[in-house]
Amino acid sequence: MENIKVLLVDDEEEFADILSERLKNRGVTVHQARDGFEAIKMVKKEDYEAVILDFAMPGLDGIETLEVLLSKKPNLQVILLTGQATLEKGVQALKLGAMDVLEKPTDISKIMGKIKEAQTERMLIVSKEAQERIEDILKSKGW
Amino acid sequence: MSINGEWHKSDFDLMADKNRQNSSNKHYRRLLKYSIITTTFVAIVPLIIMLVINYYQYRKAYLADIMYPISRQTSNISSSLESFINERRSALNLVIREKEYSELADKAELAVTFKNLKESFDGFVDISLINSDGDQAAYFGPYNLEGKNYKDQDWFHETCIKGSFVSDIFMGFRGMPHFVIAIYRENSNGSFYILRATIESDMLYHKILSQNQPVSSDAFILNQDQILQSPSKYHGNILEKSDIEVPPYSLQTEVIESQNNGTDIIIGYAYIKNTPFILIEITNPASIMSNWVSASNNLLGLVIVCIILMIIVIVWISRRMVSHVRHSDMKWMKMLSEISNTNKMASVGRLAAGVSHEINNPLAIISENAGMVLDIMSVTDEFQQKTKISKHLNSIIKAVDRCSNITHRLLGFAKRMDTKTEGIDILLLLKEVVGFDQSEAQNRNINIDITGGSDIMNIESDRGQLQQVFLNILNNALDAVKSGDTISVHIEQVGSKFIRVAVSDTGSGIPKADLERIFEPFYTTKKENGTGLGLSITYGIVIKLGGSMKVKSTQGEGTTFIVDLPIVNNQK
Repeated sequence: MENIKVLLVDDEEEFADILSERLKNRGVTVHQARDGFEAIKMVKKEDYEAVILDFAMPGLDGIETLEVLLSKKPNLQVILLTGQATLEKGVQALKLGAMDVLEKPTDISKIMGKIKEAQTERMLIVSKEAQERIEDILKSKGW
Repeated sequence: MSINGEWHKSDFDLMADKNRQNSSNKHYRRLLKYSIITTTFVAIVPLIIMLVINYYQYRKAYLADIMYPISRQTSNISSSLESFINERRSALNLVIREKEYSELADKAELAVTFKNLKESFDGFVDISLINSDGDQAAYFGPYNLEGKNYKDQDWFHETCIKGSFVSDIFMGFRGMPHFVIAIYRENSNGSFYILRATIESDMLYHKILSQNQPVSSDAFILNQDQILQSPSKYHGNILEKSDIEVPPYSLQTEVIESQNNGTDIIIGYAYIKNTPFILIEITNPASIMSNWVSASNNLLGLVIVCIILMIIVIVWISRRMVSHVRHSDMKWMKMLSEISNTNKMASVGRLAAGVSHEINNPLAIISENAGMVLDIMSVTDEFQQKTKISKHLNSIIKAVDRCSNITHRLLGFAKRMDTKTEGIDILLLLKEVVGFDQSEAQNRNINIDITGGSDIMNIESDRGQLQQVFLNILNNALDAVKSGDTISVHIEQVGSKFIRVAVSDTGSGIPKADLERIFEPFYTTKKENGTGLGLSITYGIVIKLGGSMKVKSTQGEGTTFIVDLPIVNNQK
């Protein structure tokens, strides 16, 4: 697994640290944000394969952050991680365009699976976009 | 399991319920008893009082009715008796006023007088003249009584005082009953004489006493000493002492109730004026009152039947009433317990929702730390105790999983509360729910198919709760199937009022014994991995939404959960 860059957004420092270390051990580059605002700033600056987003955070909560992130980058793959698995919120997140909702605590393999999925999805989207762009260019050039 | 430990409290609740039921049974039995007794008392006591009053009043009226003819009869007989005696007394009176002493003292003249008397009046046996010294001056009759002196006899004095005398009955000539009438007359010179006649009383009995006598009554004559002056049917023979006591003196005819040898009798009586005779007429009321007795017996029978019917109706109505009361009490209690249950649930839910996040985060930290150590160990060389440490770490991770399972289920509990009804596209909802589980399904290579439902209109229901229902069922199905299996979700309309969602898996199926208890709270077949709450919550929600839920399972072939939901929710 190469060049996978993931943003982990969680206000719980202890959890975030240890999870990011474990992910790093699995070859994932992990950046951390403590709240929604920080996450939005970081997503603006950099492209991530996936964003792992906590639901309950001070300031902007997971759903609100998700909305903003997706409005900026519609193709962003967001995995929500929640300790408060209310179904409605889960469904709401999925409807807004989140990739999946995982319950906290969860198995590292599940998270890794999701990250891989996100990577594939992103690659598909990127290639599709590239193809579209090529087609556009070809069209504009009058081919 | 800690959560089970907490909920064992419900066992105590059950015991308390049982006790409560016992004491409430006692309560209802007491209520039934009071109801029956009070109603019976209120209904029957006035009836009985009325019956008793009626009995006596009616009896009095009836007695008055039968006393009147007795009184008339007695009166008639007594006046006949009186006139019989008066006629003879008047005749003698006439004789003694018309004839001088000297005329009467002449034996031949007395015989002529006697014959004249006997021609006009029956019953004369003899006649005698007694002078003021008490000597019999003249006599005509079958006895030889001339020269007899009566001066010392009571009747002589009584005649002197009263002017006339009627004697008691005595056995006289030829053993026939007789009585004597004596009349007194004073001469102008101060001396006096008495005309005395003996009269047969036999005709008194035949002509007078036996007239118009009904069989049940007995008319006879008593004197002041209770000696019978005539034969009687039932109360002794002539000149015997009667068992009927002399009734109190009265100037007119009287009718009284009395007792004789333990039976009720009615005595009509009259004192015959200027004689020692008392006319007695005795009637046995039983024979006369037999009509009344049978009528009153009929009435009594009717009343008893009425009372029995009343008691039956009272018991029946009371039972119904108490059972109604009990039923509505039960309903009320159930409602109360449901409210308290709901409140309990709500607090559990609130608590769970509040605590859940707080618990899940540290759980996640524990889990990640344990995972971290495992990660480290996986890249570390073999060392002593490595396997043991790995085992314990895995055990920690497993325990954390169980905890999180419980917290998530408890969150589900919170969702059982209030329902919000809205129009729901069931197909879309199921797709969302399936989407929620899609990642796990994909990871395990399980296919989830949704068929049907595209033609079904929106149904009225609660979105969140329906999501919960189908997520629970799907999760169950996911737990039951192996990699490569398929879970199919089929939607169809059943009749005009319901839609049906059938979730089938091709898993191992559920044994029959488990199948019966599958919706019971805390009943789980998943051993340590299940809380036993999922399906019971699901079932509760479906019922609350006005639907029904069934499960069909064949071991080795798979399980189908069938949820029927109303298209229009009436459970608002």
